[in-house]
Amino acid sequence: MNVRRGVAYGLLVVLSIAVLVPFAWMVSSSLKLDNEVFSVPVRWIPAEFHWDNFTKIWARIPLLTYLRNSVFLSLSITALQVLTGSFAAYGFAKVRFPGRDALFLAYIATIAVPWQAYMVPQYIIMQKAGLVNTHLSLILLQAFSAFGVFLMRQYYLTIPDELSEAARLDGLSEYGIWARIILPLSKPALASLALLTFVNTWNDYMGPFIYLTDNKLWTIQLGLRSFVGLYDAEFAMIMTGSVLSVLPILVIFLLGQKYFVRGIATSGLK
Amino acid sequence: MTSTTVAPAQAPSQPPSKAGPKAPSPARRRWRSIRLGWSFILPNFLGFATLTLIPVLASLALSFLDWDSYSTPKWVGLANVDRMIHNETFWTALRNTAYYALGHVPLTLCAALGFAVLLNQKLRGVSFFRTALFFPYITSLVAVAVVWNMLLSPDVGPVNQLLRAIGIDHPPGWTTSTTWAMPAVILASVWRDLGYYMILYLAGLQTIPGELYEAAQVDGASAWQRFWSITVPSLRPTTFFVLIMLTISSFKVFDLIQVMTEGGPGRSTLVLSQVIFREGITQGRFGYSSAVSMVLFVIVLTITLVQFRLQRRSER
Repeated sequence: MNVRRGVAYGLLVVLSIAVLVPFAWMVSSSLKLDNEVFSVPVRWIPAEFHWDNFTKIWARIPLLTYLRNSVFLSLSITALQVLTGSFAAYGFAKVRFPGRDALFLAYIATIAVPWQAYMVPQYIIMQKAGLVNTHLSLILLQAFSAFGVFLMRQYYLTIPDELSEAARLDGLSEYGIWARIILPLSKPALASLALLTFVNTWNDYMGPFIYLTDNKLWTIQLGLRSFVGLYDAEFAMIMTGSVLSVLPILVIFLLGQKYFVRGIATSGLK
Repeated sequence: MTSTTVAPAQAPSQPPSKAGPKAPSPARRRWRSIRLGWSFILPNFLGFATLTLIPVLASLALSFLDWDSYSTPKWVGLANVDRMIHNETFWTALRNTAYYALGHVPLTLCAALGFAVLLNQKLRGVSFFRTALFFPYITSLVAVAVVWNMLLSPDVGPVNQLLRAIGIDHPPGWTTSTTWAMPAVILASVWRDLGYYMILYLAGLQTIPGELYEAAQVDGASAWQRFWSITVPSLRPTTFFVLIMLTISSFKVFDLIQVMTEGGPGRSTLVLSQVIFREGITQGRFGYSSAVSMVLFVIVLTITLVQFRLQRRSER
């Protein structure tokens, strides 16, 4: 029995290290000179640590602008998604009205439709509205996703109706029940939704790639990609940029890990 | 935003409830419940309807139109479909997408299940490993693509150095070779996605009662037998969900390929999503690209329905 345990443990350690190798390569390369990145054999620990890569890169590409754009988009989309999503979810989970279930089905059905199948009509609408090449286009596209409504509704269904009944008898309006009873009770689900939305928006490549042509509006992902395209021999600098683009996500992930895992597990299994 | 929608609706909904013994008629109560429900849903619905629901429906209609960004739309029936089935690029992209799915789906599923089973042992430091294995999934795609391109660099990349060290003299050219570019993309995508599906499997594993294993052990079943006759059947609902999610996401693949290979070299990694993007948005051929996107939608829908059928049947 103990032998088997040892084997399982050894396997886990070896495989996990294998999974983490790309990150090790990324960090180690970000601290090297360009011509040291591809050494034979591989040097996992740089001969000399070039921390100055992390100061030089800010002058090399408009990284600050990119980061600011990413932060702005991620925050506004997350805020709108959480707000409208949880509000609509109350309507779906706690208010009984004719046509509700059919409407909810329409929401669910669109989750199964691949985005690629309707991105062209979306683009035409945005073009007619004159919103192509603005941040507003991305905010409008991503802030009202059906997924957010679905996730929150599933959570609201687990909150017993007796609580809202009691509040109703106390004279609280439905909006009051949402704001004062349901919202505070659903903090874990709100956190899951907020974190998942934030990370998705931060990492999104296709949306900004299609809608944003002006360099000043670019997100960190687009900026990094264009840097790679323009200076494909500056290996170390490219890795420095990659580390910087991943770092905010790492921090957020480590802080809210519990909610990530729970959000994924509930969205998956209900 | 919500406060403005709440305030006016709140006022009329209050007085009748305090009106006392005179109960409102059923029709009025029905009307009030509709108004109340919609007042919650409307802020989200406005955005959802204009930017998701309408485009989904429009996309169906668009595929029957001859329309580009300069001309006026004209009804052409199945002409777009006809053009599509005689277009070699479409078939290449369709084949490549299927190839990607055939590699990505089983490999990710096995890796995710394997790691989940390992992590489900009560071992020390499990939470560290879970975090580490999940992290690739939320790492930005551009960083993932760039790092893998470098790792797989044909001449001096670490992967090929390792392959040479273990005696393979002519390791693959990965993203520079038309035969190996797709396996390279699949490798990177499995690495990225396994953590997400691992979490789903872990949640599934936790629902299997421990007594089942204990009983099997008493009966003398080996670990391997226990895995096949308890773990795998108990995980069937999870596997079903994972399969659907994986298949859908494989057929939608875009970002990773766009950043790693841009569909190349040649057209060796060109996938359907890229054809839709190039035709519809870069070239502005709205009608034709919508026809291609309908193919994508129908494929995803069919696979989902077939898997639902199979799942139903196996439950009986």
